[in-house]
Amino acid sequence: MREITFSEATLEAMKEEMERDDTIFVMGEDIVRQGGIFGQFKGLPDSFGIERVIDTPISETAIVGAAIGAALVGMRPVADMHFADFMGVCMDEIVNQMAKIRYMFGGQARVPMVIRAPDGLIRSAAAQHSQSIEAWFNNIPGLKVVTPSNPADAKGLLKAAIRSDDPIIYFENKDLFRQTGEVPEDEELLVDIGKAKVVKEGTDVTIVSYSIMMQKALEAAQILESEGYSVEVIDLITLSPFDEETVLESVKKTHRLLIVHEAVKIGGLGGEVAAVVAEKALDYLDAPIIRIGAKFTPVPFSPVLEEAYRPKTEDIVEGVEGMFK
Amino acid sequence: MSKELYIQFYRTMYKIRIFEKRIEEFSLKAEIPGFVHLYIGEEAIATGVCANLTHADYIQSTHRGHGHTIAKGAQVDRMMAELFGKSTGYCKGKGGSMHIADFSVGMLGANGVVGGGYTLAAGAALAEKIRKTNNVSVVFFGDGASNRGTFHEALNMAAVWKLPVVFICENNEWASTTPYLDVTSVQDISVRAVSYSIPGVIVDGNDVMKVYEESGKAIERARKGEGPSIVEMKTYRIKGHYVGDPEMYRTKEEVEKRFDANDPIKRFKDKIISEGVLSENDFKEIQEKVINEIDEAVQFALDSPYPEVEELYNDLYID
Repeated sequence: MREITFSEATLEAMKEEMERDDTIFVMGEDIVRQGGIFGQFKGLPDSFGIERVIDTPISETAIVGAAIGAALVGMRPVADMHFADFMGVCMDEIVNQMAKIRYMFGGQARVPMVIRAPDGLIRSAAAQHSQSIEAWFNNIPGLKVVTPSNPADAKGLLKAAIRSDDPIIYFENKDLFRQTGEVPEDEELLVDIGKAKVVKEGTDVTIVSYSIMMQKALEAAQILESEGYSVEVIDLITLSPFDEETVLESVKKTHRLLIVHEAVKIGGLGGEVAAVVAEKALDYLDAPIIRIGAKFTPVPFSPVLEEAYRPKTEDIVEGVEGMFK
Repeated sequence: MSKELYIQFYRTMYKIRIFEKRIEEFSLKAEIPGFVHLYIGEEAIATGVCANLTHADYIQSTHRGHGHTIAKGAQVDRMMAELFGKSTGYCKGKGGSMHIADFSVGMLGANGVVGGGYTLAAGAALAEKIRKTNNVSVVFFGDGASNRGTFHEALNMAAVWKLPVVFICENNEWASTTPYLDVTSVQDISVRAVSYSIPGVIVDGNDVMKVYEESGKAIERARKGEGPSIVEMKTYRIKGHYVGDPEMYRTKEEVEKRFDANDPIKRFKDKIISEGVLSENDFKEIQEKVINEIDEAVQFALDSPYPEVEELYNDLYID
């Protein structure tokens, strides 16, 4: 199968969907001339014109607010946040408007929009350009939060998000953009929103992860397999509301759970996954649940400190080994 | 100026007034739950502005939004039911006074967040621009809300893209319980239009005819693709910030004086009578009909059931 980059995969998703449905448009900072920081919008203006591919002022609040307003009257906007960190600027629009409008208006409204939010650590971008902030949105009913871990899912998940009638935050890890992978040439390649994927089956321990940490989870699984452990790895894909069923089913089989994400551990999504398993499957557990995430500090600048902040493959390996001691 | 339009203006303003008076009663008795913000004294603005709009045009309203909702053409019975938290309300009892909406007439929602509506209105206008229609979007906001950052972002975006959106400022002199001049750098909000190279005008917001004409010019400009405007309606908030507000920050006398001198409904009635267009009897007829309609709306709300508890989880997600 052909291989393309994660960035190209998202670009293909945009092109195919915009061709299919002319209510879709995209807006954000530096899209038209620059083609997006990661090249993820390159060439779109040539195909669809600057009426549907729009460079905005540096006004995250107005970008998200305008996307909501356009969605309310029948469009399907995609709003790019440049860096996920900047969602702090437009938090009211996301949590008080976008997430709640349909519910508080008793179902009269639809808000079919996608916020694209590049997140995660990348080359010393430091405290305000490196965060993984998915947990901020985890206790906001009305939003769906998704994130792909590879190019094929990046395409299928973005297409599914654009087609969804619900407001969706699509986190895309910045370090993944340049990575390549097999992506089927299929215009109906869609990833189910709300469903986790068992990426590798196993019987001794369940590792739950998502986004870029899936790579470390799988790397750790390989090491652990060589040590004789049978490891199941789940890619959560949809972070809110997450697929409890797949996680619970797995834990009931393996009796052990480790959750790993790049976001800080404290208050992270791992805590919610752990709590659900503790509530609903405690009796099945043979070892305490382990959460692995970044250190509880802002993302530091110096490469040495950034590396110390980042969760690592050996953290996962050691975590699992410890469950069997 | 046609007689029909006079009747329409009077009827709408009077309907808003009676609606507000009735909900004030029920809110004080706590039979209407939650926060209620009254529009009494500002009726001419919603009435005059919305008379320039069709149901294909949009409005974004505020926490003080009953007047806008009525003027845009919503039914008072379903509004009343919503305020009572009943299942027959516009939002099935999930929104209440601060989150009322009627998408079928282009009323895209009140907003509990002060200054929350500008960017949404700009977005609705952007959609119409992309679709190349002549529809416009109107956002109502207060003097206090003009100090939000959203005001700047939406105005700049709307101006630079020449979006068909009109910013209607209801300057009622009070930002909640604070005199607006204590917290605002300018006396006239409309002068802020200069920063965005768009027109900004000041209108007597208690003169429904002036409101109609001046907002009409801005709306027409937007329809023609010439971009946004700020139309500042000078008015005065007659009631407290919310029903039950002890109003420690001003005297009863001050309010009464302002109301007696400048009640928009009385002013309009006096004008029509002096012009000889309608008689006292004509007014009586309109008033009786309106009172009857509001009474029926109240009865409808009282008779309607509360939502089933199962309704809690509905309308959260579509897919």
